[in-house]
Amino acid sequence: MFNSYLENTLKYYPDRCVNCKRCTEVCPHGVFAEGEEHVELVQPSACMECGACALNCPVQAIEVKSGVGCAWAMIGAALRGKDMDSGECGCGGEAGSCCGGNAEKTSCSEKQ
Amino acid sequence: MDNKKTAGSSCSCTQRLEIKPLNRLTENIPVSEILTTTSTITYSNRLDHFLARWGVNRMGHIVKPGLYRLGNPTPDSPVFVSANYTLSFDAVRSALTGIDCYILVLDTKGVNVWCAAGKGTFGTDELVRRIAYTGLSGVVKHRTLILPQLSAPGISAYEVKRRSGFTVEYGPVRASDLPEYLKTRKATPEMRRVQFPLKDRLVLTPVEFVHIALPTIIASIILYFLAGPLAALAAVTAVLAGTVLFPVLLPFIPTHDFSTKGIILGEIVAIPFAVFSFTTNLTLSFWENASMSLAFLLIMPALTAYLALNFTGCTTFTSRTGVKKEIFRYTPVMAFMAGSGIILSILLGIIALMRWI
Repeated sequence: MFNSYLENTLKYYPDRCVNCKRCTEVCPHGVFAEGEEHVELVQPSACMECGACALNCPVQAIEVKSGVGCAWAMIGAALRGKDMDSGECGCGGEAGSCCGGNAEKTSCSEKQ
Repeated sequence: MDNKKTAGSSCSCTQRLEIKPLNRLTENIPVSEILTTTSTITYSNRLDHFLARWGVNRMGHIVKPGLYRLGNPTPDSPVFVSANYTLSFDAVRSALTGIDCYILVLDTKGVNVWCAAGKGTFGTDELVRRIAYTGLSGVVKHRTLILPQLSAPGISAYEVKRRSGFTVEYGPVRASDLPEYLKTRKATPEMRRVQFPLKDRLVLTPVEFVHIALPTIIASIILYFLAGPLAALAAVTAVLAGTVLFPVLLPFIPTHDFSTKGIILGEIVAIPFAVFSFTTNLTLSFWENASMSLAFLLIMPALTAYLALNFTGCTTFTSRTGVKKEIFRYTPVMAFMAGSGIILSILLGIIALMRWI
């Protein structure tokens, strides 16, 4: 109840994994953990669909429909009659586009 | 998003650069000018950071892309990669105080690392191109780049290796962990995790509020003349609750969804208005007073919840699938609450007007 974030588009095929552990490195939410033979999917519901793991997997063992979880951008796209999944976060656009401050998204002053 | 935007604000993923075979270019290319920087954050830097936080000249906080020398680096010194957003670049160079190194600044159009990676501007193509343009291969002997972990949504490490010969090493999420990371070249699980602490949530509130300040002021002036000072104050309160209180209280409000959290917070701030309007208008009937209170309890939470939902894009953890689910689940509820509250207010206005006549 009141949790829309339990499911997402992340798919993992352990049989393809070559255990390079890149995904455990790039994931900001500890979705993957090191295992014996291959990496283990330990926290699938913590995935924010940023796509870092899939892009850095050399053997396509991970699939995810990556996109930005920004209601502002999606509602804006829907209102303009465009596809909500067009994946175009307005950050970095003209003033007044998505995410208000989000040339900041995550207060990146502290982040690299 | 239309593609006719000015060059300085291009951002959509559809504008990713074309893939060009650059492997040959990266070797034996003449070294272009190496810029010099320091680890010192000056008062003018601080002013720039302050203005960036308030959304002033949002896309203008730009560093010139290229290769920078920090301290007295040798051909064996490490190379860090950063975005050309002043807050990002300044975080890296100040964290590297006392370390001789190179910083390769990509052209991310003045957008921070994570957002730029999501858009593809902090991407494989730009990195490979920038390596070539700066002649980095001729500057350092090694073939390793240290990238911020949060650039990974835009960078394919094995592609970079294939196209430029450089090995990508993902450093920590936060620049402040870089000195610790350099000791072992290993990031601890803490360094790899993105958090969203109070401080990070707080710095986002000014720009959230500034963003909708003008419409709020206009709306409250109109409300002041139509419905009185209490309604005007209610509008400002609901907006402040959604843009300032909500980010601050985010982890402490019950339920998981942003919309339900927003409705709960909106109801809490609406209660004083409902009570006040119920108890002060002694000339009106019980039902009129009750309806007016109900209007506050319907409209204010709808507004706060909508703003809360729009905060999803600012957070560090919401997935698109989840946000989409929230939109479909809750925007009809918000529209119903706001709509019925407004109809109720109009009816009350008509009744008052008829009595006046």
